[in-house]
Amino acid sequence: MDALKHAIDLLSAPTISFTLITVLFPFVFPPGDWFEKIHRKLGFWRIWTKPGLYISLVLITLFFIMGYYDPNFNITLTKPDNFPIILLVYSVVICTWLSMYKAYENDKRMDRGEKPAEYNDPDDKVLVWPDLVYIEFIALIIFMVFLIVWSVLVAAPLEEPANPAATPNPSKAPWYFLGLQEMLVYYDPWLAGVIFPGLIIVGLMAIPYITTSSDNLSGFYSFKERRVGIFLFMYGFLILWIFLIFIGTFFRGPNWNFFGPFEYWDPHKLVPLTNVNLSEYFWVKWIKTGLPSNILLRESIGFISVIIYLGVLPVLLAKYVLNDFLKKVGPVKFSFFVFFGLSMLSLPLKMYLRWMFNLKYIIAIPEWFFNI
Amino acid sequence: MSEEKFIPEASVGTPQGKGSGSTMERRSFFKWLSIGWLAFTAATGAFFTVLIRFLFPNVLFEPPQSFKIGYPEEFEIGKVDIRFKKKYNVWIVRNEEGMYALSTVCTHLGCTPNWLDTERKFKCPCHGSGFRATGMNFEGPAPRPLERFAIHLADDGQVIVDKNKNFKFEKGEWGRSESFLKV
Repeated sequence: MDALKHAIDLLSAPTISFTLITVLFPFVFPPGDWFEKIHRKLGFWRIWTKPGLYISLVLITLFFIMGYYDPNFNITLTKPDNFPIILLVYSVVICTWLSMYKAYENDKRMDRGEKPAEYNDPDDKVLVWPDLVYIEFIALIIFMVFLIVWSVLVAAPLEEPANPAATPNPSKAPWYFLGLQEMLVYYDPWLAGVIFPGLIIVGLMAIPYITTSSDNLSGFYSFKERRVGIFLFMYGFLILWIFLIFIGTFFRGPNWNFFGPFEYWDPHKLVPLTNVNLSEYFWVKWIKTGLPSNILLRESIGFISVIIYLGVLPVLLAKYVLNDFLKKVGPVKFSFFVFFGLSMLSLPLKMYLRWMFNLKYIIAIPEWFFNI
Repeated sequence: MSEEKFIPEASVGTPQGKGSGSTMERRSFFKWLSIGWLAFTAATGAFFTVLIRFLFPNVLFEPPQSFKIGYPEEFEIGKVDIRFKKKYNVWIVRNEEGMYALSTVCTHLGCTPNWLDTERKFKCPCHGSGFRATGMNFEGPAPRPLERFAIHLADDGQVIVDKNKNFKFEKGEWGRSESFLKV
């Protein structure tokens, strides 16, 4: 048991867990034919069958039960603040499974040349009054009962009045902001707190308009029609949002250090995090002169990298990698697609730069509050 | 399987009849529109006036921005003094040459870091930024060092910290004489 806990602790280190999940992801939600082939071969499609759901739920429950009986994990797991996260894990798994299950059923039907299940389903469309309103009303009552029972059974996790001299350690945002807080570890506040949240919302909304299905069919579950769109959305939502919330809840301990779920939260855990800006790497470490006093010259390498990433890379992608996609959707949709895609990719990219090279900022101009 | 598409009752709409003819004339419509619009503007203006007034309280229960913290001998060399963190949001650090006052506001997103004496660093519990006793940022996302406040000796020999003036390292202001008290 201890060996298993130790293994989980090791795996949950962000470098390993994030890499594993990112590498596995395209095989779970295959965006292309090659991934689809391996997805079928390795049996990942079984996740979206009924046994797949049961096994996932049993595994998650076993993980939580194991955590409940562990002295360290028990503390974070039974915190009243973290109860919504446990619900979140279950509800995200069930909802994702349900939509993918229905999508795969429909894909099978369409492969056989039949219409999607919704097409002939008399319950697919109902009258707003009274059918839909009644359903909503009953759902509302059930949810109210649940909230009342919850608030009666579990005392609100209120703490002593705020004291500026004693910041709780770790200091955690409300659970729905923990993804943002995780992003803030790698980016400057104006990027991770303002620009990125805006891009996330607009970008996720733009996906269905950019990766349209083959003949503009809509109104039914399908994976095959929208492989790239679903893959991108799921990566942005499940990994870059839900997974980061999960990490922020259970894996971030004192001083915002990483801790495995079964690890003791040692406030004196020493993690070498000495971070260096790209300009310092270039001028001090490689060229071995001091930092130039001119700010723009000092950060020129950073500016060049950002321009290459956002300006040159899209052109190269259009020419050599995504030329078929460009022909299909046209230059406007393509530009938006690449811009949103590269912005999304910049988060994991910066995470890896931090983990591997201790890179703090690519462009660092604290004089102007401009850091990327 | 039938190819016929099932059409539920909900999607069969009844064509809407034209509404009854308008009896209001153009002139009176514009008259009422202007009155209504003026009333709305006045109400909104009054609301925001009161709202903005609300932002400037009559009394402010704030500690003074400039304050005495005691005699220099009361501060141990090589130690970070956290006594004034709660009331004034400053850390007083004394080294061999003198002393300086550091702001307790993290330069990343404004949380209050903790001084970890064993590791000899300030560590922010929000995103993990770390600062040396000098205030220099060396780990985590903080883009610039902690700010210093003006510090000087009063006539009675006590140390005065003046938070009205701050000194930023990245602007080369730490070299100014006011930012550092030679003892």
